[in-house]
Amino acid sequence: MSDHNLTHSHDDHEHHEDNFITKYIFSMDHKMIARQFLITGIIMGTIGMLMSLIFRLQLAYPNMTFPFLEGILGHWGKDGKLDPNFYLALITIHGTIMVFYVLTAGLSGTFSNLLIPLQVGARDMASPFMNMLSYWFFFTSSVVLLWSLFVEGGPASAGWTVYPPLSALPKAIPGSGTGMTLWLVAMVLFIASSLLGGINYIATILNMRTKGMKMSRMPLTIWAFLTTAILGLLSFPVLLGGSLLLIFDRSFGTSFYLSEIVAEFAGGIERTGGSPILFQHLFWFLGHPEVYIILLPALGITSEVIATNSRKPIFGYRAMIGSILAIGILSFIVWGHHMFITGMNPFLGSVFMLGTLIIAVPSAVKTFNYLATLWQGNLKLTPAMMFAIGLVSLFISGGLTGIYLGNAALDINLHDTYFVVAHFHLVMGSAAIFGMMSGIYHWYPRMFGRMLNETAGHIHFWLTLISAYCVFFPMHFMGLAGVPRRYYANTAYDQFNVFVDMNQFITIAAMLGGIAQLIFLANFFYSIFKGRRAPQNPWNSNTLEWTAPVEHLHGNWPGEIPHVYRWAYDYSKPGSEVDFIPQNVPDAGQVDPLEEAVGLPEVSVKSAVSAEASH
Amino acid sequence: MATNTLTTNSKFTWGGGKSPFSVSYGKLMMWIFLLSDAFTFSSLLIAYGFIRYSFLEPIRNTIVKPFNHLSHEFVKEMGDVGLFVKDHWPSPELVFNHFPFVHGMHLPLFFVSLMTFILIFSSVTMVLAVEAGHRMAKDEVSKYMFLTIIGGAAFLGCQAWEWTTFIGEGATLHGNPFGPTSFAALFFIVTGFHGFHVFSGVMLNIIIYFNVLDGTYQKRGHYEMVEKVGLYWHFVDLVWVFVFTFFYLI
Repeated sequence: MSDHNLTHSHDDHEHHEDNFITKYIFSMDHKMIARQFLITGIIMGTIGMLMSLIFRLQLAYPNMTFPFLEGILGHWGKDGKLDPNFYLALITIHGTIMVFYVLTAGLSGTFSNLLIPLQVGARDMASPFMNMLSYWFFFTSSVVLLWSLFVEGGPASAGWTVYPPLSALPKAIPGSGTGMTLWLVAMVLFIASSLLGGINYIATILNMRTKGMKMSRMPLTIWAFLTTAILGLLSFPVLLGGSLLLIFDRSFGTSFYLSEIVAEFAGGIERTGGSPILFQHLFWFLGHPEVYIILLPALGITSEVIATNSRKPIFGYRAMIGSILAIGILSFIVWGHHMFITGMNPFLGSVFMLGTLIIAVPSAVKTFNYLATLWQGNLKLTPAMMFAIGLVSLFISGGLTGIYLGNAALDINLHDTYFVVAHFHLVMGSAAIFGMMSGIYHWYPRMFGRMLNETAGHIHFWLTLISAYCVFFPMHFMGLAGVPRRYYANTAYDQFNVFVDMNQFITIAAMLGGIAQLIFLANFFYSIFKGRRAPQNPWNSNTLEWTAPVEHLHGNWPGEIPHVYRWAYDYSKPGSEVDFIPQNVPDAGQVDPLEEAVGLPEVSVKSAVSAEASH
Repeated sequence: MATNTLTTNSKFTWGGGKSPFSVSYGKLMMWIFLLSDAFTFSSLLIAYGFIRYSFLEPIRNTIVKPFNHLSHEFVKEMGDVGLFVKDHWPSPELVFNHFPFVHGMHLPLFFVSLMTFILIFSSVTMVLAVEAGHRMAKDEVSKYMFLTIIGGAAFLGCQAWEWTTFIGEGATLHGNPFGPTSFAALFFIVTGFHGFHVFSGVMLNIIIYFNVLDGTYQKRGHYEMVEKVGLYWHFVDLVWVFVFTFFYLI
């Protein structure tokens, strides 16, 4: 395949003039597509976060009026009071945007696109055209979802899991009408985007590696992206099947998810024979792997950032790969733990519980490996490194509560309470956002050719970390006391009045988090144009992407693609003059890239590396 | 680039620099896509199983024998004698017992067997087209591609006839004279989704067929595109085997 790569580059970048449209809009260059995914993801993320602030305001001050709400929400915020139906719409769209549009497409789409060809040494993705389609399907899907905010009846309001019958009967609640239909259309487009991307990622990783890039030498980011792509490839089609049946139930009068219990809402047609539980099975067969689709890229990024900035080889490279694969496989057989209280057979529940608790093992392997990598490292506390360490912290505090929730008996009490909200916002929401931020700070120089401001990065990190813990930690106590999630106002029940102060504290902390993101946004967009020019290899990193020129080039490398002679983690190798040996540097006397590099590079190469480092 | 004939001359196939098993990325992508599509069909078939087994077993037919004459009111009659009831899944051999141009005769599953035969036969011609492609025999490739297209189109025609007959007897997405409404809804959605795949396959085959006639692949030096649509075609065929088994046989 390397000869194929070569011809590819000559064709493309010698006599191929880009105009504005092919360069910035319908671009087929993976680096541009990565930036498109990132910026779309950031815009969606900002919208999702603003929604959360609006409903947090309602939860903290259910009896107060905020005249500005009428200004921004129109009749949904009449007289400064948030409409209860729109509250449900907000939590639904907040969840959908964050889970799918920010943490799936925004995270995996950005970094898989940017890093896969650059880190495995390929000219571009296997199919640049499909890659472009993948972005534009995602973009269209985002537009459809945002459009649904403005239709009659409001957007989908059945929660991000869109359980029937609320989602299956167009007359069930206001949001079950056009808004729900558009939600499903957006989801089908999103699945198409995700499949086009995933097929490309897998084919590129398996087929387009440069000479010497064995599977056992790939950076852990690539292993994480590969597993993520496989998970998406096998789980999203099931949601497609589930959505298809839901569309038929909504629009064509079938009853896959409906049974006699909803007869009076069904509008004259006999609705018998189906079961809402079927949808839950199909949904969570996607839904649980989806959690790892979100988390694994963040963990891969963290592995890379922690090893680079500790100036140490990653601890337990093969154990890390093994745990990524184990998490990937296990994620397919635990979806039932979301459904413990649907009336499933207790024996089946215990099987799902066992699988769920076993996931703690590979997760713990990863956590301990991060800690062991950090231990006695020469830590470079860049903003990327801070966010990576922050991810480890959130992963531990959120992961521990997963052991409680995975227990079928305890879940009877904790199901659908704020305990669940706290758990998944820490372990999957915040942790993955931290991984994404870590990746943005680390690879920003590679993406935009400029550096982000470090001081602003540190302020952003500390405010975000404090806010994340202050928002989600108190929620555990509310959940243990039985406060249910998705309620418009908790003051309806006297026993929850003790949490009034806590709710206000959470909302204030959430606003602090929102302000912190403004710092990030300002830093991000300012630095695209005015940031300091990035050096070739700002973090003295070993991986291949730092050998490519700072100025983006169609085809990534001028001339031949570098060969790979060693794994990605030769940091602080004993006897070496410099504390890193990039993957493309051969050992003294090593000719064949496929041989194992066990010694050190030649002296001349050493000085070449140090020259590059001081550059 | 010409990697459609398998030549592996190094033991380090996973060491980078060349593709593992000498499979081109295009063919690999087709395999990966089929894997994911298999999960889509699985989700629909699992939905079928989930709903079907929430009903009671079909009642075994001991009344009507093959080649018996059917009355005009056959469906109603079966309902009256208790073979089609609301809480039992209908017995497929009593539902799918018609054959074009043969009126009023009980021919259980004869027609669907013919359809299955046609589709499997079109897979055979597809294999022959791929094989001829390896020998760079343009005329043979085009001949067998043409036969494959005919087979696919014939299958779609059969499906159209079967749907028409089924709808003619009163089946809709929310009504079913044979028993539970879910039976008809599932039948339409699963065979419809499969039929959509066959339709897409025929369209792809037609595009490839014209490229073959044009000599595109002869100039390119290999017929890998024929192989790729061949993979898709066999997959659609394989899925039909499952659909056939689940809907008609058990």
